Amino acid sequence: MNRTAGKLSLLLLLTPFVLWIVLLVLLPHVQMLRVSFQVRESWDSLSWGVTQYSNFFAESYYWRTFIRTGVMSMLTTALTLLIGFPIAWYIAKLARGRARGVLFLACLIPFWASELVRTYGWMILLRESGLFSGWLQALGWVDGPVELLYNDAAVIVGLVYNALLFMVVPLVTTLDGLDDNLVEAGYDLGGNHWNVLREVVIPWAMPGIVSGCIVVFMLTLGSYLTPTLMGGKDSAWFTQQIFTQFITRFNWEQGAALGVLLLVLSSLLVWLGLRLTGQNLRKVLG
Amino acid sequence: MNTLHRLGLGLLATTWVISSVQADELRLLTWGGYAPDAVVAQFEEETGIDVQVTLSNNEDMISKLRATGGAGFDLAQPSQDRIIGVQRQFNIYQPLDMSRIESDLFQASMLSATRESTSLNGNQYGVPAVWGTSGLIVADAAANTVTDYTDLCADAVAGRVSYRLKRPTLIGFAYAMGEDPFAAYNDEGEYRAILEKVEAELIDCKPNVKTYWSGGDQLLALLRTGEVTAAMAWDAGGWTLNAEDASINFVAPESGALGWIDTFALPRRAENLDAAYQWINFVMRPEIAAQITNQSGNFTASVGADAFVRAELRDAYRASFDQDALDNINWYPPVPPGLEAIEGQVLDRIQAAN
Repeated sequence: MNRTAGKLSLLLLLTPFVLWIVLLVLLPHVQMLRVSFQVRESWDSLSWGVTQYSNFFAESYYWRTFIRTGVMSMLTTALTLLIGFPIAWYIAKLARGRARGVLFLACLIPFWASELVRTYGWMILLRESGLFSGWLQALGWVDGPVELLYNDAAVIVGLVYNALLFMVVPLVTTLDGLDDNLVEAGYDLGGNHWNVLREVVIPWAMPGIVSGCIVVFMLTLGSYLTPTLMGGKDSAWFTQQIFTQFITRFNWEQGAALGVLLLVLSSLLVWLGLRLTGQNLRKVLG
Repeated sequence: MNTLHRLGLGLLATTWVISSVQADELRLLTWGGYAPDAVVAQFEEETGIDVQVTLSNNEDMISKLRATGGAGFDLAQPSQDRIIGVQRQFNIYQPLDMSRIESDLFQASMLSATRESTSLNGNQYGVPAVWGTSGLIVADAAANTVTDYTDLCADAVAGRVSYRLKRPTLIGFAYAMGEDPFAAYNDEGEYRAILEKVEAELIDCKPNVKTYWSGGDQLLALLRTGEVTAAMAWDAGGWTLNAEDASINFVAPESGALGWIDTFALPRRAENLDAAYQWINFVMRPEIAAQITNQSGNFTASVGADAFVRAELRDAYRASFDQDALDNINWYPPVPPGLEAIEGQVLDRIQAAN
């Protein structure tokens, strides 16, 4: 009797999660996979094939855009880690009491506004008639207005800003668990800053680093607004092409194929990253 | 079992109540500015019908209605060139019952033009609502240089230019290059050849462009700050800017502005047709139509609405269009199926080119 009750409560507890996964994640993806293999021959007949997938490899702009997106996402991830690590270290190890809460909140507050608002904020700062351009002129460093927006650097700045929180949070959590005595012992044994960082801190923080990197990488790869708004005319981003296929071209078949490719290729990249750094998902999650 | 039974009945009753409430609701799929709050309020007061407005654009309308097979909305406002191709392909609209529309309210020439371009198998799918053009918005600084689409590629305006990476840009450039893309609509080979030339031109032109704009507000901000002095855009945007800053105005290009007409069309599975027809006849009354013009900046197909339009808007319109410019407008014919796939590839190649 007790066992059935336990089973029932487990079942009930799991139901929302299972419904969510099946209805909102699994089913749409299966449907997308199905659509991606459909070839529209004429208006009311369909056949099956891999035309959409061969388009991806035949039309150079598709895979070139994908590579560009992947490389820029990796760069963003690396930069986010470089900037996020000292912040996380400070919050987890150096700040005490209220300062800690305040600092954490300071990282969080920008995320109370939507991504669109944050992106427009950056656009106001960087545009030709914007604040930075005005300050540079006031300081006499430049003669006329300078355009800082609409280039790849601007896109990366926006992406790093949007991703920072997702790197800092897992890092703070793992660094928090690092026993200060270990660091001290490292110095006592004759290590300098670099040795201690490399031999003690980083190995300890590795799960946080890897999970932060995965989240940031996937988030960046899948972002749409920032590259579109801040990148200007040369800003091809893969999600943008998927959006275009679905919404402006009504070519759901091609859009679905690109969507599936994005999922597969990005998962492959993450797997490769894990293999190259000698990590595995179980260790990162555990 | 008894409880379940009762629960089922209760659910049924609720559904019935909800659907009977919905009968007094008009779900309108339209463009920004086409259903001003004041107009909606007046309609609700007169008829007791609740209006739910969803803002959209051509592509989004088709996507939304396609996803549901034409359900979810009672009235939509696609452009007249985007109806039959889509109808043939996805079957998302239903024919209009012209006897329920007060055709005296419409400008006869526009009504008959729209009938021709939205008829399929003897059924009419659209009546005209709002019309406008795409052309050039030019600041005085660039007014001497930029008189046609291809002038956007001139050295004098390098880095101060913006346009959309969408099909109107391809068509506008084709006209400015001396081609006639609308005449080639039904000849795929010729259309492809024209687009190839346009593609080369637009790739050459890329260094001149500040950014490809994607939203109306973004473009207005670029022009307001002077970061861009010449752009290909809609007339209404130009007149909005003209009201703020007289040195900027909409210019009809030498090769002709591109004219579009947004229509009223009934989604195939619309639920409240009565309300839809009531809305059409309501907003086509001259004084109501003028409110839409004042809000959106675009003129309507309503007879006699001009008399109620804001004076400065009428002046800006007259400054942009003399009789020659009006006669010179190239009106979009219905887009044949398959054309947009070719255009899509061209646009992707331009986007990816360096």
